[in-house]
This record gives sequence, structure tokens and C-alpha cells, in this order.
Amino acid sequence: MKAIEVVNLVKTYGAGETAVHALKGVDLDVFESELLLLLGASGSGKTTLISIVGGILSATSGNCVIRGREIVGLPQSKLPKIRLENIGFIFQGFNLFPALTTQENVEIALDLKGVRGGKAKKRAAELLERVGLKEKLKTFPADLSGGQKQRVAIARALAGEPPIILADEPTAALDSESGRLIMDLLQELAHEQNRAIVVVTHDNRIFDYADRIVKIEDGRISKDESNEQTDAATWMAVPSASVNIPQTA
Amino acid sequence: MASLAIKNLFHEKVRLVVTLTGIVFSVILTAVQLGIFQGFIAASTDIVGKSNADLWIVSQNVTHVEQGVEFSESNLYKIVEIKGIERAEKQIVSLGAQMKKSDGSDEGITLVGSDLDGGMGGAWNIVEGSLEDLKKPDAIFVDKLYAESKLGITKIGQVVELNKRRARVAGFTKGIRIFTSQPAVFTSFKNAQSFLNMREDETLYIVIKAVEGKNLDELKSEIAAKLENVEVLTRSELVYRQGIYWVIGTGAGITVLVAAALAIIVGIVIVAQTIYSATVDHIREYGTLKAMGATNFYLYRIIITQAIVSGLIAFVIGISVSLVISRISLEGTLAIIVNWQLVLALFVLTILMCCGSSVVAIRKATTIDPAMVFKG
Repeated sequence: MKAIEVVNLVKTYGAGETAVHALKGVDLDVFESELLLLLGASGSGKTTLISIVGGILSATSGNCVIRGREIVGLPQSKLPKIRLENIGFIFQGFNLFPALTTQENVEIALDLKGVRGGKAKKRAAELLERVGLKEKLKTFPADLSGGQKQRVAIARALAGEPPIILADEPTAALDSESGRLIMDLLQELAHEQNRAIVVVTHDNRIFDYADRIVKIEDGRISKDESNEQTDAATWMAVPSASVNIPQTA
Repeated sequence: MASLAIKNLFHEKVRLVVTLTGIVFSVILTAVQLGIFQGFIAASTDIVGKSNADLWIVSQNVTHVEQGVEFSESNLYKIVEIKGIERAEKQIVSLGAQMKKSDGSDEGITLVGSDLDGGMGGAWNIVEGSLEDLKKPDAIFVDKLYAESKLGITKIGQVVELNKRRARVAGFTKGIRIFTSQPAVFTSFKNAQSFLNMREDETLYIVIKAVEGKNLDELKSEIAAKLENVEVLTRSELVYRQGIYWVIGTGAGITVLVAAALAIIVGIVIVAQTIYSATVDHIREYGTLKAMGATNFYLYRIIITQAIVSGLIAFVIGISVSLVISRISLEGTLAIIVNWQLVLALFVLTILMCCGSSVVAIRKATTIDPAMVFKG
């Protein structure tokens, strides 16, 4: 079943001669239980694409259907609820709240869903236990490693039980081992919990985790193949300038 | 939500101190400048404001009580039969008296003469001596503020020369300021008449206490109908006239007023800048919350909670410091009056300034470039 359906999506920033055409008619379906890698060079339009799919940026034209609901053209006031009910975000920079402990970082996501007090504390502890951070409930983000921070971010993204997770370079700031742990987690979430997961990445170490790899170039989808069809070497053409860690064999 | 708002505020101590310092400075600046302005108002109007009289009869076109023109005391007898009047007394307030100092030079004083049995228009804040002492011939009360520094008066019993007549210090008042910075000297009506060489059948003012519950406007009209060439004013009307003359009509008052207005503007700018910076510092977190599904209302509540908590803490610190400054100032010549009305007004102003500033910052938070949250 389709979790995300994008049809002829266009996004233009500005107007006239200075207009920037970030997306020039993108078509993309993402299914439940699928882990999709979205590749592209800087400025190719991948951030714009996940911003629109995530309901935090409006498209110029086209369609974007999230679990059966069209979001293009919806008023801004309706989008927070769509995000809250359907989408969990994982960011390259983790975007944790430095003033809150790991448990409180997860609780804030539950607070948005209306879950508070003891129930929220218990649920946050369960989620952190699930990502292997049971011992770090009262630790502040500053005292965590990069991998641990990203696991807190995953626990936070899962707090609302979203059927779709959008992850932006989740392994870029991590060492190989931490990156593998994160991808194991995301793969488990896709395959065992039927979530649709879109990972924007430059990191060719994680290609093996993908069910499908989609490449976006100059605002258009240039390649869309299942991992079985894919020859990993052909994807290496993706610029890797922003990969922050040494590539593993 | 409240947890994030409060914890964000207290997480970075340096930023908190910077934020609070900005608001505290703003509160103190505004409180002190408005306190000085209140001090000027009090100095220019207290002689009337604290007179305990409901109505004042003054010579026509008097702009301020210190320069009234004599009129016949027969006016007093024309109105005593009016039923709404409980008591009417003659009163003198004059800037035109000089006291001889020990070095032979003269110092201008503000002389107030009142009916000591009536309790209207006389001395207040008496710290030494009694009204009975003041009834004696030539007896005067001097305010301590300038008694020693300007007049060389240090003790009860000291004999001085007032308008070339002998006067004897019978007591002291404390903290009574006159707009012109002249020392305030109180005496009986008779003594004042004598010091000013006035005719015995003349007065400068008549002060009136109305029967309780009597409509003052009606009483004013009844009195005015019986008199000619004088004006009848309520105490608040004369206070207003005094304030306008001294505060608006003189350069000094305007200067203080402008300084007070500037202090409010500077205060608003400081608070706005401080709160805005504190909010913008967390802009990425607000962007993350938005991406997570927070509504703009949710963000408003966080930002406004932080602004109000910052404002409350800073207000308590700022107003405490201002009250100490005010207390110290009351011992000196420049009165900074921070009364409860000013404290209340500043409290409301501080909270409004903080909330208003955060509203500007909220616009920034709710119109965040969405791609920002994806940048590493």
C-alpha cells in the first residue's frame, strides 16, 4: 500500500528571471514496509522534496498524497496535524533540545500528541529502551555520543507512532558502527513495523540497507531501482563531498 | 511545553544573565526616570495636594499658588453661611520671603501660613516640635532638607531673620520639597501675614472643607455665585494647574518629562532586543518543533511563557533596586518617588514589553525557512 504518492510535483522559488526551479515534475511512490534511499547532489532538490512530503513546505503545483490524503493546497493551519499523525523526522544534526534530558526530549513529542505526566515518562522510557538507551534517561544531549544522539532522535520520531519516517542524512555525522546501528534500527522499523522510511543520504555505506534507491538530479528523478536491480557501483557517481566519515570497504 | 520553556530559559546561565540584565536595566532606568518625574510632580503640587482642603478660593488667573495676589478676607464672611461648607480658613503660600543667613546673605524661602486650629493647608511630616509650639508669635517650622545647607538652621530655638523680622525655629518637617528648591517654612496665618507685611484684612487664599457627601461642583458654583474677582477651584483642579505650570510651563519640567519618555522608549527597545535575541537563539528548536507537528499556538505559548518568566524575574530584581534607590534619594534633594502605583504600572509595562517583544520574535519563529531544520 502506498504511504506516499507524489505526482508531477513542481516547486519554484521566486518568480520571473530570478526564479529557481527546485522540483520540475517529480513522480514518486513510497510504500509501507519500504526503506527508500533518496540520493542527489547538493541543490538537486531532495531537501525540497522531503520538505513538501513532510508538510513543512508548500508545492507550486502537482500532487502529494500522504496515506490517502492530498496535502498540496491544504492551508498551513491543517499541516501540523498531518505531520503529527503521519510523519516522524530524523535530522542530520539530531536537532535535540539541549536543555532537556533524553527522556524529556522524547516526552516533548508525546506532549504534542497530548500524552503527558507519568504516562509520557513511561512511554518515553520504553522508546529509549527500544533504541538501547535505557541507562541514559536523565542524560543531557551534550553528554551523549553522536550515535546516541541519533538514537534519541529516532526514539523521539517514534513517539507519535508515525507510519512514515523522513530521515535526512541520519548517518552522515556518525562513525561506521553507529551508522550501522542506526540503519539496523530503521530497517527494523520498516520491515517489522510496516513503516515507510525515506532516507536522504550521500553515504554509500548504507546502500545495502535500501529496498529501493532513488536518485534525484536537477529537480527530476533520474534513477529509481529496487536494490536487487542495483549495481552499487553505478550509484557511486553521486557526489560524496558532504560525507563526513571515511568510506568503508 | 512549560517544561521546555522554563528549562530553555535556565539551561544557559550566561544567556539568562544577559537577558535578565537587559530587562533589569530597562526596569531600573524607567523606574528611576518616572520616579524623578513623580518627584517633580510632588514637589510642584504637594502644597495643594496635601492641604486636606476640598476647595481653594484664589485670586483670578492665578497660575500657581506660590504667586497668588491678595484679596479681601471679607470674601470669607460672604460664604461662611453656605450650608455645604464645614469649615473655611485663610491661607498663605508665598515665594516672596527671604531669610537672612549667618553670612549676611539672603535665601529665598517658600512661606506657608495656615490656620493651625483648622488642620487645612499646614505642615505635614512634622519630625520635631508640635503645632502648639507653632502658635507662638514668630514661631516657624523649617524643613530639614535645606535647613542646614541653605539656611544654616540646626536646632529648635534658633533665632533667624525672616523678611527683616525676628523668627524662632519651633520645629522641623522632613522631606517637603518645593519645585523651586526653596526651603519650605511653615507658620501660623497671623505670623505669615506679619512676615509678608500684609494688611490684616487680606489673605492670599481661602481653603474650604466641605460637609461630607456634599457635591463639590455644586458647592463650587454656590460659592462662586457669591464672590467677585476670585476663582473657586477644587483641590484636584488646582493641583492640575500647579502641575501644568511647573512641569509643562518650565523648561526643567519638560526636560524631566522628555527624559522619562525617552527612558520608556529606551526600555522598550532594550527589552525588545533582549527578548528577540533570546528567542532567535532558539529558532532552530522552534523549527524542529514545527516539523514535529507543533502548531503556531504551541510555539506562541513557549515563547510567551519564556518572556513572562524572564520579565517577572527581572522585574522583581529591577524594582527592588529601584526601591532602594528611591529610599536613598528621599534623604537627599532629588526625590525619586517609586510608589505602589508606579510599581504596578511598571509591572504591567514590563510584562507587556516582554510579551510584545516576543510577539515580534514569534513571527520569526513561525515563518522559519523549513529547510533550516534539515541543515546539519
